[in-house]
Amino acid sequence: MDLDTLLSFHWSVMLPEFIILGVATLLSVIDLFMKKESSRKPLAWLAGAGVLAALISIFMQLDIEVTSILYDTYRLDSFSKAFKILLLLGTLLVIVLSSNYKKEDLEENRGEFYYLLLAALLGAMMMASSADLITLFVGLELLSLSSYVMAGLERRNKRSNESAFKYIVSGGIATAITLFGMSYIFGLTGETNLFKIAENMGNLELLEHSFLIVFAFIITFAGLTFKIAAAPLHMWAPDVYEGAPVPVTAFLSVVSKTAGFVILLRVIIICFIAAPGIDKEPILLQVQPYVMVLAAATMIIGNVTALRQRNIKRMFAYSSIAQAGYILVPFVSNSSLVFELIWFYLLAYLFMNIGAFTVIQLLSSQEGSTDIGIFRGLFRRSPWLAVPMTFFVLSLAGIPITAGFIGKFGIFMGALGLDPAHYWLAAVMMATTLVSYVYYFNIIAIMFFRDSEGSKVSIPGGMAAVLAFCTASILILGVMPDLALDFFYGNFDVNEFFMQIETEVHTHDH
Amino acid sequence: MNTWLLSILILSPLLGVLVLIFTPSQDEKSIKWIGILGTLFPLGTALVTLSAFNTSSKGLQLAEKFQWVSYEVFQSNGDVSYPIFYEVGVNGLSMILILLTTVVSVLAAIASFSIKKDWKSYFILFFLLEMGMIGVFAAQNLFLFFIFFEITLIPMFFLIGRWGYLEREKAAYSFLIYNGVGSAILLIAFVAMFMKTGTMNFEQLAYTFSLPQSELSDMNITKNFKMGMLIALLVAFAVKLPVAPLHSWMVRVHVQAPPPIVMLHSGILLKIGAYGLIVFGAGLFPDQFKSLAFIIGLFGVVNLLYGAFLALTQRDLKRVLAYSSVSHMGIVLIGLAALNEAGMTGAVFQVVSHGLISALLFFLVGVLYEREGSSQLKDFGGVAKRMPIFAGVMLAGGLASLGLPGMSGFISEFMAFLGLFETMPVLAAVGTLGLILTAVYVLRAVLAITFGTEKELSNAYDLSSTERIPAFILLAAILFIGIYPAWLSDMLRPTLDSILLGLGG
Repeated sequence: MDLDTLLSFHWSVMLPEFIILGVATLLSVIDLFMKKESSRKPLAWLAGAGVLAALISIFMQLDIEVTSILYDTYRLDSFSKAFKILLLLGTLLVIVLSSNYKKEDLEENRGEFYYLLLAALLGAMMMASSADLITLFVGLELLSLSSYVMAGLERRNKRSNESAFKYIVSGGIATAITLFGMSYIFGLTGETNLFKIAENMGNLELLEHSFLIVFAFIITFAGLTFKIAAAPLHMWAPDVYEGAPVPVTAFLSVVSKTAGFVILLRVIIICFIAAPGIDKEPILLQVQPYVMVLAAATMIIGNVTALRQRNIKRMFAYSSIAQAGYILVPFVSNSSLVFELIWFYLLAYLFMNIGAFTVIQLLSSQEGSTDIGIFRGLFRRSPWLAVPMTFFVLSLAGIPITAGFIGKFGIFMGALGLDPAHYWLAAVMMATTLVSYVYYFNIIAIMFFRDSEGSKVSIPGGMAAVLAFCTASILILGVMPDLALDFFYGNFDVNEFFMQIETEVHTHDH
Repeated sequence: MNTWLLSILILSPLLGVLVLIFTPSQDEKSIKWIGILGTLFPLGTALVTLSAFNTSSKGLQLAEKFQWVSYEVFQSNGDVSYPIFYEVGVNGLSMILILLTTVVSVLAAIASFSIKKDWKSYFILFFLLEMGMIGVFAAQNLFLFFIFFEITLIPMFFLIGRWGYLEREKAAYSFLIYNGVGSAILLIAFVAMFMKTGTMNFEQLAYTFSLPQSELSDMNITKNFKMGMLIALLVAFAVKLPVAPLHSWMVRVHVQAPPPIVMLHSGILLKIGAYGLIVFGAGLFPDQFKSLAFIIGLFGVVNLLYGAFLALTQRDLKRVLAYSSVSHMGIVLIGLAALNEAGMTGAVFQVVSHGLISALLFFLVGVLYEREGSSQLKDFGGVAKRMPIFAGVMLAGGLASLGLPGMSGFISEFMAFLGLFETMPVLAAVGTLGLILTAVYVLRAVLAITFGTEKELSNAYDLSSTERIPAFILLAAILFIGIYPAWLSDMLRPTLDSILLGLGG
């Protein structure tokens, strides 16, 4: 690759990534030269500004048509734009959250935290944009490695150490599984480019190896579900969520999970859309029962185990597992609905979970505990904290006039709109939602029905802004979901996602 | 004005919320007055709506409609969109129920003077509940109906759990979980119908489902699907109504919730179940409803007898009334199962009449509880001497409840049984036993309190002037409907006719 080739690429399409990369580099250099004692708080502003700039640059890119550079490994299409908006928005809120994090331990490493966060974000963005197994994997590893370190940032906290250790071990295993699956995909098709894989998957010779294709699918799918904390690879989540600093937990549960769904959509749908399963049936139809069982198991395990948790961070870890189960349901909806449903749910999830973690952080840092008892009598003490928390919890439980309800309603449409409709999956989802009422409403009951003599919680300006923004977004999207859906339809073109394959598949048929 | 009238009516309770937000939470007196005035505004709007309502017209009135949410599905043969509309409107039945809601809300707000703490959040939740209840009856599509249905759930959870009696939290949870099960089933059925037909509008759904089977097969709607949907709806609304054996939550709520909230709950919220059975059950799937009529009637009779038997054995007045509600909801089922005009009229009359009677009786229980801190039957006796007006109202309420001619309860029981005797005489004959039991348990409870052996009462003073307002208004309404039922039946006739037309009766 000479200079001319390098310069011939439309580097401008990578503008958001460059901004993040630049800011992350800048942060690490500043951190290096800063005095050890001086506060790292300004770095938060810089990091926030960087993410905001990247977010704005995405909005400026909305009109750009599909462009792929670097020999088709990096691809800017409406899919990547739609999901990058979620990733950036989530990270922005996490940065505001972390700028008010009080733990002394994190204070020492503040600088480190911000550039690790941006590195993780960069990895996630690469995943959203890549069209090649190699770049996908590099993005995934960038996100994962940064996350492992972030989980252990509280150096003197044993829990945090344990959390990082568990995360890196189980994450490593998941990575190995993913790579193993990917190696089968490569071996079967001889390609790493997703669209070429899709093309080769339709190859008639492969029909003889359909068992291998199914095997490749299951292994890859299983490995990738690690990031979204779906059963059976969910065990890491409670320990890591509990041990990691609250902003990191928020990042893992929102941004990292979104990235997990991005890579699932990219790899699974593009690679296997035309692949034959056993007996020539399309594989995506054939493995539906597997995905459904996985989704159902995730919903059941997440919700039922959450019932027993006394630690609020652990409870949210299980709640987050359960939510991943809900979002897996659209994968079997067999239509373009899968994109809008997952996108909308993740958008809603972003607001409700970051909002909830904001409240958890404020409370746990004041009370010095993460027991659910810290919520006791919150309504009396700090109604301005209790009321937003109520909306977040109601939204997580899927009660109308919140974004969470619209998200769940959509998922139902996806599950029941098929022929034959997946009644039992909808029933499992509904039953587990009912189970979730118990622990979600328990938080509300503790806040409203119990009294305590605890003191008022002071809310810093930045946190108040996050709370207000998240609450408003949940209610606005709950009452006027078309604001988000219209934006999605206006800027997302499902044909773009499949563009290269559709032509390929057709030529192959004839 | 008329184009937005219904939306204004639905949102009108929010005005009270808005004012309350800016009221300091310690100012008890202002908050209570805002609480009452805040319910008068929806009542006024409801009366304006009533005056704009044309009782002789058959169809939907004051309808509003605009597109709200749209889901698009890209498919190779063109995009399919699933639009969801905001559509509201009223017919005779829903108009009456909205009126009932706003009236009972005002009276419950007056009764709320007995609330002891957190008045501000209490009334905010109260108004949200009222908005939900009005919305449920005004909604003209499944999505909107479900949203308002769920909106009633959340304020109720708080109102029971925060302001109720000793076991309030347990009652709040069992309310939440039972009703959650109901709405879960409801949601699955609603979405399934939406995805098959592409519409959520009541009228369009009713039309679609009435198409001949050959056309329905093209849309993949089988007879089994229709039956499945009907059963799902029946179960969902049976929880709400409630139908035995799904009634235990309701007894708990009636015993533990604060009296004004029980007035709303038994007066209005239980009626949502009946309304749903009439509009969705009989309205959307008349053929399937017919084939299940006997089972529905059987459940009705079971409810009637079971509730009455248990009411007979209770020692707590609240529990007596709670089981009497179970029993009286059986009459709604009986009327519906009759599948004829008399039965249907009886069912609808029972919905309205029981709303008034139970609101009155639970109000009176609240009065007793406030005076003496108890509602045990053994603690009261000979109240008539010291509280003559109270005793008089209570006796009248009891007589209405057991269906004395000239009171609203009589018309509904008479019509419902008249209908059932025509189609299922054996079942009806068994059911009449319930009426005797009703007379026994009502008289046992009411007479023991008013005229029984005099008990030592520390704090028994008669109804105060603020307490007389709800008592007299409710009693007047009960008598009015009892003496002049034509007013109500004229309102309901067009709606009933259209449902009966579907049933082919």
